[in-house]
Amino acid sequence: MLAKRIIPCLDIKNGQTVKGINFEGLREVGDPVEMGAKYAAEGADELVYLDISASLEGRKTFTELVTRISEKIDIPFTVGGGISTYEDGARLLDAGADKISINTAAVNNPGLITELAEKYGSQFVVVAIDARLHDGTQPAGETDNIWHITTHGGKHSTDKELFSWAREAQERGAGEILFTSMNHDGMKSGYPCDTFAELDKFLQIPIIASGGAGNVDHIADVLTRGKADAALAASIFHFGEIRIPDLKEELVKRGITVRI
Amino acid sequence: MIAIVDYDTGNLRSVENALKKLGKDYVVTSDPDVIRSASHVLLPGVGEASSAMDKLRERGLDKVIPALTQPVLGICIGIQVLCRSSEENDATCLGVFDSEIRRFREEEPKIKIPEMGWNTIFDLDSPLFKGINEGDFVYYVHSYAPTMPQDGQTKAIAKTTYGSQTFAAALNRGNFYGTQFHPEKSGPVGSRILKNFLDL
Repeated sequence: MLAKRIIPCLDIKNGQTVKGINFEGLREVGDPVEMGAKYAAEGADELVYLDISASLEGRKTFTELVTRISEKIDIPFTVGGGISTYEDGARLLDAGADKISINTAAVNNPGLITELAEKYGSQFVVVAIDARLHDGTQPAGETDNIWHITTHGGKHSTDKELFSWAREAQERGAGEILFTSMNHDGMKSGYPCDTFAELDKFLQIPIIASGGAGNVDHIADVLTRGKADAALAASIFHFGEIRIPDLKEELVKRGITVRI
Repeated sequence: MIAIVDYDTGNLRSVENALKKLGKDYVVTSDPDVIRSASHVLLPGVGEASSAMDKLRERGLDKVIPALTQPVLGICIGIQVLCRSSEENDATCLGVFDSEIRRFREEEPKIKIPEMGWNTIFDLDSPLFKGINEGDFVYYVHSYAPTMPQDGQTKAIAKTTYGSQTFAAALNRGNFYGTQFHPEKSGPVGSRILKNFLDL
């Protein structure tokens, strides 16, 4: 039986792993290759590395880092952040990335999904979607069910809506959808499971739940009630709040299939 | 020398890295002579079966590969091109394995297509799986998979079930082996399978 995946996410700035809250206020938390290898040894099913460097120099460092990661890590890893062209994707594939995650660039230029998927296959293309319920800046309830797509790490709102955009991404050849609720990200209060479950009904491709995990219950919820195929989290792993072996043991106790 | 066949089907880097970790020398090549004289031949690849077949034909490798006598391992698209045919764009493949590549059927409750992630292998029956346990997890990314072989010469040496559909996770016929999963991305289990292959 296919296992639900647990995916630690490492945000990288200028070659170091950092973790912030709601994309602001960053703390360095360790060396990306060592941290990735440690997570892999502990039972992480995949890794995601997101480059949040703003500079060209940072981008170059990141590409070199991807090469080092691919030499060290023997589980699949996705890289994202700052991929705006086909050439960026090709460069990261050559560096050894198994998948790339595109977000803002896909919203601005949906043809990029098609182009990358046609050349490298759907398995290579993860479309990351950041969405906020309502169009305001304050977190709001889940009642009106309109999720507005945001770009640039949640800073900009667009007129795209979650479900239609996710469907378009799938039709253009995305292999997976990585959905982050901007209302929940960094809050450690759980994922919007009802929305994930609706998204699951709506799509044929796997869905990775991101942003909001504060404890084991949250992750178990999104994998069962939310029907997510994978759960991605950052700070709970980086700060040692939950160890992956303990998390998986708890998930097994709740009848969830995971790789042990 | 180990040959990794380069037929322009995506990322060979992870296979190369897996061999490096095992301390093995290898060459990435599409040269028939180099491939024929290799001790072991790896046929990796991701993507789509019919274009992979076109690329093998362009390089004349559709004749070279089936005639090889040393151990050959096809991975993912590699196992698919070694089968008889694929539903993916109605590709005629090399016919080494008497198996067809079929797309996953939709079923209820819904399965996601592609199958992406870690699934278990069982009914292990080959030196390829020495030291591997029934139910160990390996990494998959695919929408198409080999059916159980029919001819008695090709053997399913591992199976996997996705939703309610059981497919050949690995095939063997003589010196030819194939895995639908990615050993190069399957952690220590996958590394052991690659080592077993290179020990053949």
